[in-house]
Amino acid sequence: MSRQSNINTVIKGLFMIILVLLTKPLVLNGETITVKGSDTLVILAQKWAEAYMLEHPDAKIQVTGGGSGTGFAALQNQTTDLANASRRIKPSESAACIRAFRKRPTEIKVCLDGLTVYLNQSNPIDELSLGDLKRIFTGKATNWKEFGGLDAPITVYSRENSSGTYEFFKRKVLHERDFAANIQSMPGTAAVVQAVTKDRYGIGYGGAAYSTTAKAIRISRSDESPAYAPNEANVRNQTYPIWRYLFIYVNPDQDRDAITDYLRWIQSDVGQRIVTEVGYFPLPSENAEKIQLTIHPTQ
Amino acid sequence: MKENDSNPNWQSLANESGSSLIEKAMEKFVFLISLTTILFVLLIFVFIARESLPIFLGTVERSIVREPIPVNALTTTPPEELMAYLDLSADEFQSMEKETLELLLEVKLEELAQAPIGTDATIQTTRWRYLLLPFQWSGYDAPAFIWQPISQIRKYNIVPLLIGSLKTSLIALLFAVPIAIGAAIYVSQLAPMRIREWIKPMIEMMAGIPSVVLGFFALIVMATTLQETFGYQSRLNALVAGIALGLAVIPVIFSIAEDALTSVPQSFSHAALALGSSRWQTASSVVLPAALPGIFAAVVLGFGRAIGETMIVLMATGNASIVSWSLLDSTRTITATIAAELAETVFGGEHYRILFVLGTILFGVTFLANLVGDVVIHRLKRRLEGKIA
Repeated sequence: MSRQSNINTVIKGLFMIILVLLTKPLVLNGETITVKGSDTLVILAQKWAEAYMLEHPDAKIQVTGGGSGTGFAALQNQTTDLANASRRIKPSESAACIRAFRKRPTEIKVCLDGLTVYLNQSNPIDELSLGDLKRIFTGKATNWKEFGGLDAPITVYSRENSSGTYEFFKRKVLHERDFAANIQSMPGTAAVVQAVTKDRYGIGYGGAAYSTTAKAIRISRSDESPAYAPNEANVRNQTYPIWRYLFIYVNPDQDRDAITDYLRWIQSDVGQRIVTEVGYFPLPSENAEKIQLTIHPTQ
Repeated sequence: MKENDSNPNWQSLANESGSSLIEKAMEKFVFLISLTTILFVLLIFVFIARESLPIFLGTVERSIVREPIPVNALTTTPPEELMAYLDLSADEFQSMEKETLELLLEVKLEELAQAPIGTDATIQTTRWRYLLLPFQWSGYDAPAFIWQPISQIRKYNIVPLLIGSLKTSLIALLFAVPIAIGAAIYVSQLAPMRIREWIKPMIEMMAGIPSVVLGFFALIVMATTLQETFGYQSRLNALVAGIALGLAVIPVIFSIAEDALTSVPQSFSHAALALGSSRWQTASSVVLPAALPGIFAAVVLGFGRAIGETMIVLMATGNASIVSWSLLDSTRTITATIAAELAETVFGGEHYRILFVLGTILFGVTFLANLVGDVVIHRLKRRLEGKIA
């Protein structure tokens, strides 16, 4: 994906938000679907909304970001219909929802994301293992020399701790150990990529949709196993080690036809093609049949 | 000042002239408005303090390690125990159906399964000793000041943040004070009229630059340029943020200092010039000392602006919560922490309350700075007027 089209997407998205905000008072007739949550998903959600509204002129979809936790809070307060999330709902958040509307929110998988590890283009290293990453991000390894690189200190970039990506990386790669204190927290994946692009000895991580100016490296499960690049094939067959589902959560009581149709459309081929356009990865085809879109809790 | 004493009648004259009804109403109206401002400040303080009070009093209690209650034990467990276990009030408990309670029990079991195990799990991490003193957490090699609020064991040591805020503010002042005061002396005392009319609005226009723009400038341009010039490791650090913060502080200090210098009575400088001193001698040894209280106030207000600024430090410090006085290390300030983390905290939870404690501390620091500034200004003023030796 070229940088230009990324910018275009953002501009279109912003324009959409403004347009939707302006028209909001006119369309409060129950057909508006509000979507709120993860910043990782916000570009994709806006693309989906845009394409869906073109196909269905009577549908109104309103998308906002704010973070996965913000989305869950809105779901609990019933101020949004759909909550985007880049991580699973926490038990405490489930409990809050049960208290508010007596049901567990239904979880719907909408696409796959390979979490990409970025290095500066000039860095000679092309692959690292999960163990290497854990040592780097917990501060046990501090020099590129240890991994066959230059004799230079590693500058580690991470996300703010309010980000779903931060928690995912911490669980999957760090196994719940603390990040080193001297890592730099950046406000967003774009800022991480920008920092690594400028910093010769930098390392950072972020969603796959942002890989433009920094080098995305191959990751292996251990030092002995082969390393895989974060591309569509490797993420979809799950050989790339740091992948995750992205989710939409919905209140099962809000079972309106408009919402069900929209969610079905997202999982359809048309919706999944947009996933690829934005830079994330479509759901595995064998999985897509298993995911039944009944708006009722699976547990 | 002396001039006022020589004309004692102006106030009584105004009183005798008999103000009309409209004027009186206006007076009351303006008084009410100023009263509301004070009320608002008070209300804000009460709100912040109330949210952070449980931490100050140490009444946040929590027991992570709990004996789990299986879902099928719902009917056999006494209601009081269930209510405590699920953290429900009596009303909430009464209103819930059996299915809802079962769901809550199920979710609680999931939560307990994810709860941390190990020696640190029982520690009440919001106690003051964990907020202020170093502690050796499991998995760490030495006692350390750790701010890791999203973690299995939540670590809320605020010392790295206090140091971060002080460090960036002091760098900002070191950078801004000489420039702003130098500019103020030049503009008010030395510059020819034509140049003054250009420079003064230009510097004051800097106050109109939105801080997010300054932050972006620091993040993209300054960080790279400074790193290339000095060749240090962290691209974003206290120095970069401090200088960008200084740019935001300069107009604040400049305009107050310039006011103070201009309001020194012309008779002072006229006398000095008449006695044969040069313009620079007049400015530096007569006007500047006379304006010192105002300049001190300018610096104090500049400090308040610097320590309260959020956007610039959020973007340019690198936000690493480490204890270090080095200017070239990344750092994390109180304001950036509150801005970055508050949106994702559980309302009324520990993390939320700790962030309010930070807010209270920030409020306290700016209040103290202003108070000290005020007291010193008064003392200096009285000394200049020759009332105390």
